Amino acid sequence: MSGLVVRDLQVAYGAVAAIRGVSFEVTPGELVTIIGANGAGKSSLLRALSGLIPVAGGSAMWNELSIFGYKPENLVRAGIVHVAEGKSVIPELTVEENLDLGGIWQKKSAGVDAIKAEVLQLFPRLGERLGQRADTLSGGERQMLAIGRALICKPKLLLLDEPSLGLAPLVIEEIFSAIARLRTSLGLTVLLVEQNALSALAIADRGIIFNLGEVVASGKASELLADPVLRASYLGY
Amino acid sequence: MHKRISSLARLGIFAAIGLVLIALSGFVDELRVYQGAEVAVYVVAIASITLLTGYSGQLSLGHGAIMAIGAYAATLAFNGWHIPWMAALAVGALAGAVAGYILGFAAARLSGPYLAGTTLALAVGIPSLANQFHVLGGEQGLTFDIGDVPTWASHSWLAKIGHGDFTTYKWFYWITVPIALATIWVVRNILTGPIGRRFKAMRSNPTAASLIGIRVSSTKVAAFTYSSSLAGLAGAMLAMILGLSAPLVFTLTLSFTLVTGAVLSGVSNLYGGIIGAMVLVAIPELSASVATHLGGSEKVTANLPGVVTSLLLILTVLILPNGARVRRSK
Amino acid sequence: MLHIWGIEMKTILETLLIGVSSGSIYSLMALALVLVWRSTRVVNFAQAGQAIISTYIGYESMKHLHSYWYSVLVAIVAGAILGAAVEAFVMRPLAKRVRGSAAADIAPVIATLGILGLIRGVAGLIWGNTFVQYTSPLSGKGYTFGSTTIQFSPQNAAIVIGAALVMAAFAIIFNFTKLGLALRASSFQPEISRLAGIRVDRIRVIGWACAGAAGAVAGALVTPTAYLSPNSLDLLLVSGFVAAVIGGLDSLVGAGIGGVVLGIGFAFILQYIGASVTFLAAFIILIFVLLVKPAGIMGKSGGRSA
Repeated sequence: MSGLVVRDLQVAYGAVAAIRGVSFEVTPGELVTIIGANGAGKSSLLRALSGLIPVAGGSAMWNELSIFGYKPENLVRAGIVHVAEGKSVIPELTVEENLDLGGIWQKKSAGVDAIKAEVLQLFPRLGERLGQRADTLSGGERQMLAIGRALICKPKLLLLDEPSLGLAPLVIEEIFSAIARLRTSLGLTVLLVEQNALSALAIADRGIIFNLGEVVASGKASELLADPVLRASYLGY
Repeated sequence: MHKRISSLARLGIFAAIGLVLIALSGFVDELRVYQGAEVAVYVVAIASITLLTGYSGQLSLGHGAIMAIGAYAATLAFNGWHIPWMAALAVGALAGAVAGYILGFAAARLSGPYLAGTTLALAVGIPSLANQFHVLGGEQGLTFDIGDVPTWASHSWLAKIGHGDFTTYKWFYWITVPIALATIWVVRNILTGPIGRRFKAMRSNPTAASLIGIRVSSTKVAAFTYSSSLAGLAGAMLAMILGLSAPLVFTLTLSFTLVTGAVLSGVSNLYGGIIGAMVLVAIPELSASVATHLGGSEKVTANLPGVVTSLLLILTVLILPNGARVRRSK
Repeated sequence: MLHIWGIEMKTILETLLIGVSSGSIYSLMALALVLVWRSTRVVNFAQAGQAIISTYIGYESMKHLHSYWYSVLVAIVAGAILGAAVEAFVMRPLAKRVRGSAAADIAPVIATLGILGLIRGVAGLIWGNTFVQYTSPLSGKGYTFGSTTIQFSPQNAAIVIGAALVMAAFAIIFNFTKLGLALRASSFQPEISRLAGIRVDRIRVIGWACAGAAGAVAGALVTPTAYLSPNSLDLLLVSGFVAAVIGGLDSLVGAGIGGVVLGIGFAFILQYIGASVTFLAAFIILIFVLLVKPAGIMGKSGGRSA
């Protein structure tokens, strides 16, 4: 089966289990969101999938190839790109350098310049600030920069960790609509981890609800939104 | 199950070990006795590193310089004031403590590479001072001659055990071994007491330590002061058994050798220091004999010990980066 | 002769020139330390040892090449290879083993000390502990203007120019090339760099190689003004460290400025006070900088808890 297939994945920090055997899949071109409170194991899941932390058990396949045991940079080069939590930009570098970082290991013929132009069209505010250091950007702009750099890496599977964190509602809306447009225009497969259930489910095809390192519910985004029990106990509104 | 041995009982055990070690000096040749004294000096010096690095987490590459301060202070006091050698050794320890106290204030504000580099500069800078001040004797240094063996020692019942003359080397051994044992006893008591607990808390988590009311900077100063008094004592002992204080004794290599000894013994293992000290004394001799077997030139004899010591250091750090710590059952 | 406040102007200028020359060497050494610090957060105390081996290799190659300048190139290549090897075969495996443990800060420092000792020993085994001459075709005699000869020689000029060229080369590499971008990104944020597809481990090896090359330049340029022995560059390590700290340990520009400032300071101390207090002076300057301006002249404010 192509796409992302995760089976019985376990992650532990020492003796503390962060993820206790979760299974799910994301079919190609799908946008799936994982929803849960702080400490539900969402970030650990993405960090395990992108090779940043070792797994304690289980398997994860991307297009029928196991992705465990590879360095993060090699997974990036294979198209699995992770935008880490907390506006992952390098503050000491300029906006343009942050963007270029995703392209310097690619061949010139790979069309990096064209993607960069597309990214700047998608987030025009970055284009106005190319020469500025990234630490002068607002939170929303940093998130755009982080996503922009991920796009320059030419992802096939995009792992997004809480892009809404600490952002104002209007900015969140802007970023989420950009994610929704990207995914259709570039044909991306997206795994979006979020606490902001409402915004995430609004653009997702399906949702998976995490609690204490386990999957407690999953289903079509529209069905999850409509389920009164889930709304009350996990989605928090 | 281990029984808790009271510190007084341990003192008794140490005294017994000391007597046995001293009695043994009657049965081995002069070279071994001298090497025994060397081991004792290194035990004290390594204990000073263990106290600092193993328990308070601060790394000093400058303890060779502190040893130099102790050595020169002891030598000057002995030659100038004509005090007994025992008092001179105490002066060495005191001078080390004062230097450590001052250094501790700088060290309390530094960490990691900054502390290592600063103490490294000290290790290079202090010995070079000897050339600047006439009173320190320049390159040749100052002689430190504690004179003949007192008759109460050479005619004591202990001296009658075994055979051989009562040489100055044997006398050095008699002096240094009890000091080394006493050092271990004292340091052990410091570490198991409230000060040691503060050191450990500060090492494992400085922020948490400060939250529970440990004044981290004054604890660091204390760690440096205690550690340096031992280094000063070791320096004075070294000057005594060598018969002189000279810049050539307290080189950068000495500072590195001490760190090596501490690492070899598992940085936070006090008793391991004895093994570390023995290794440090054994390496030059073993490699010298290997060098002779290889029909070695002066090149080999002069450099093989350094190569072996450094290789051991690298391998120890690679294989046992957290120290060859023996787990103590509870 | 021009005098100001009773001090001879010629002496001041001469001292200044000598200071810039020795300062250039400190700058190179500081640059090497900063490159390693930035790439792996380790102060590489083996740097002086690596420079010594590279210089000896340059010295050996000169016997065959009969050209000092080609032998300097050989030394640079050797320094780069050695630096890369130390990172790839000792430091990286060690960093993996100690990650997150209590020894994570101390073990790498001790390992670099071990490497320093090992290199000094091996150099002694091969070349002996005697002084050898590694000579440059440039004169070590000072320039003459009219009737006065100053202490500053063509070799001193070569040191200053060589150091400036190396600094300029690194400035270009760091600021205008893809490799430079990867080096900077990996040093600031290794994890984010990995997630951007940068092979951080490889970049670190390159950082160590650059440092090794810079140290080799320092060794090969300074040695003709003195002599070569297994520990003839030990003092350079301390000066380099002090210079790097003056510059903020994280800044390449700071390393350059720190070295020259220290060199000039030393030259004046040497001229007006005496040789044996120089290293005590270095120590006092170091403590002063660390306690008063902890982030160095080029650094931002903030503590020095690394």
